Amino acid sequence: MLGSCLGVLFDGVAYGSLLFLISVGLSVTMGLMNFVNLAHGAFAMLGGYLCVALMSRVGMPFLWTLPVVFLAVAVIGAALERTLYRRLYKANHLDQVLFSIGLTFMAVAAATYVWGPNQQPVRLPDFLRGQMHVGGVDLGVYRLFLVGLVILITLSLHLLMTKTRFGAHIRASVDNQAAAAGLGIHVDKVFVLTFALGTGLAGVGGAVGIDVLGLDPTFPIKYMVYFLLVVAIGGAGSIKGSVLAALVLGIFDVAGKYYVPEIGAFIIYGLMLVLLVFFPSGLYGKKA
Amino acid sequence: MMARPISAPAGQPAGKAVAAPSSLPERSLLPADRWSVREVAFWIIPPLCYFAFPGYLMLGSQILIAGLFALSLDLIMGYAGIVSLGHAAFFGTGAYTAGLLASHGWSEPLSGLLLGSAAAAVVSLPVSLLVVRGQDLGRLIVTLGIGMLFFEAANKAAMITVGVDGLSGMEVGRLFGLFAFDLVGRTAYLYSFSVLFLLFLACRRLVHSPFGLSLRGIKESGKRMASLGVPVQRRLTTIFIISAALAGAAGALLAQTTQFVGLDSLSFSRSAELLIMLVLGGTGRLYGALIGATLFLLAQDVLASLDPVYWQFWLGLMLVVVVLYARGGVLGGFELLALRLRRGR
Repeated sequence: MLGSCLGVLFDGVAYGSLLFLISVGLSVTMGLMNFVNLAHGAFAMLGGYLCVALMSRVGMPFLWTLPVVFLAVAVIGAALERTLYRRLYKANHLDQVLFSIGLTFMAVAAATYVWGPNQQPVRLPDFLRGQMHVGGVDLGVYRLFLVGLVILITLSLHLLMTKTRFGAHIRASVDNQAAAAGLGIHVDKVFVLTFALGTGLAGVGGAVGIDVLGLDPTFPIKYMVYFLLVVAIGGAGSIKGSVLAALVLGIFDVAGKYYVPEIGAFIIYGLMLVLLVFFPSGLYGKKA
Repeated sequence: MMARPISAPAGQPAGKAVAAPSSLPERSLLPADRWSVREVAFWIIPPLCYFAFPGYLMLGSQILIAGLFALSLDLIMGYAGIVSLGHAAFFGTGAYTAGLLASHGWSEPLSGLLLGSAAAAVVSLPVSLLVVRGQDLGRLIVTLGIGMLFFEAANKAAMITVGVDGLSGMEVGRLFGLFAFDLVGRTAYLYSFSVLFLLFLACRRLVHSPFGLSLRGIKESGKRMASLGVPVQRRLTTIFIISAALAGAAGALLAQTTQFVGLDSLSFSRSAELLIMLVLGGTGRLYGALIGATLFLLAQDVLASLDPVYWQFWLGLMLVVVVLYARGGVLGGFELLALRLRRGR
């Protein structure tokens, strides 16, 4: 009983860290640019498809695809930011929502056209498969890898945000854009770099998440509510909040689907309602 | 022809060109509900279409129903400023209520319509409390989540809703005990048209009433309206429930006229398409909803028959283009044009 409990907890943590990896970019763009980007999941999907394509067509090993995916998706994200997104920073939320739903639809249609409507299989390398026996609990090796990867990325993000000049620029721009610009920070450049970083991370999340979340053209719509929830519950712009929210969501979702499969999908929505009633601006929300 | 600016714009978050003249009305806003010639002309078109295109009556009633659904969203989005990503929840509630009634022997259509609408209004009450108290982002997520929740619930309750296969084999009785629903869709068309027209009259009255005016005020600035003594939360709750009841009526109409209810009536794409229709036509004008629904369904009829996947792509592209270049939709565009002409440019 305790063993299965720990197992579920572990799966929940793995799932939550994946959610975090994909959503953190969304959280930062929402906090920084006040942009509601419903198309964020599309970047994760793109990462997933790139990873599959690189492995099957080019024969690249799984781990090597990840940095390539990161760079490719980040470049595409930056290009879109420069050409389209930036036009709507000053627009109201309705326009942003409509615009990003439009992008999402286009991404879904394009993915169906190129890769077909079916689930994409991913062949994980042998050393990432199977189970590991740790202290009486069976842990999936791949989930351990996921958790490790996300811890690594989170730590680097934390260092980036707290120890570097660029991180200080981001924090200053999130707190007060006008003042940051007045101090000579190139807010524009911060925007595009942050957007690229966020979409790149989402791409990596989509690539490593194929095994857990699956990958088909409806991915951006299917998981849209999860990504938004991480941001809403964590508080836009807060990395700490996103980690916490993603873990809570991941654990509750996995536990719900494991213990009460009949109503499993509803747990997450119930949780959403409770959390949003008690924390209307998120657990670590800065902006009221 | 019909797509001229018909009524005063309801406090659009105005584009630069529109802002100056329309934000300072010279006359009082209240008695603006006199019928203009253009409006009368607009409403003559649907009955004419009944005689002009007898082969397209099913499509016609779909358009009328979609128009009613878009109208319901316009009330909360165009007038009260609440963006909903899950309005299909109420549409689907109405559709399933009417559909289940009809498939379990309650075949009288008008009472089915009323019950469908009432069911949507009842379920919207708890939702409205959550939506109204949230802020922009919170509202988006709550409405999106509620939409997904309803979809999931209908999917799981396959015992009742027949899940993905959809509810079919319902028997809808004669309207007033006289007019049977035929295959060509004559009764369906006239039925949908009458319901749409009556509910439109109600909406038109509503938005031109002091209540409607206070909603516009809330959209412009909730804080100021509160300090003027307007019970903001109660107003928003009220309009949200009215809007849900209209959406439920649209769903019930669709169930009765097509005699089929699918899970897609609750889906996210349904909510998103609804947003597109409204934005395409122009928000905050009532007529924008009807024109947007017409254009959308006509485009869908032509493009989707080519390839449904491409259709989704064009849909997305249309949305992006409207947001970037044609804010205010068709009616907004015409208004801008009329303004330029009047200025003599």
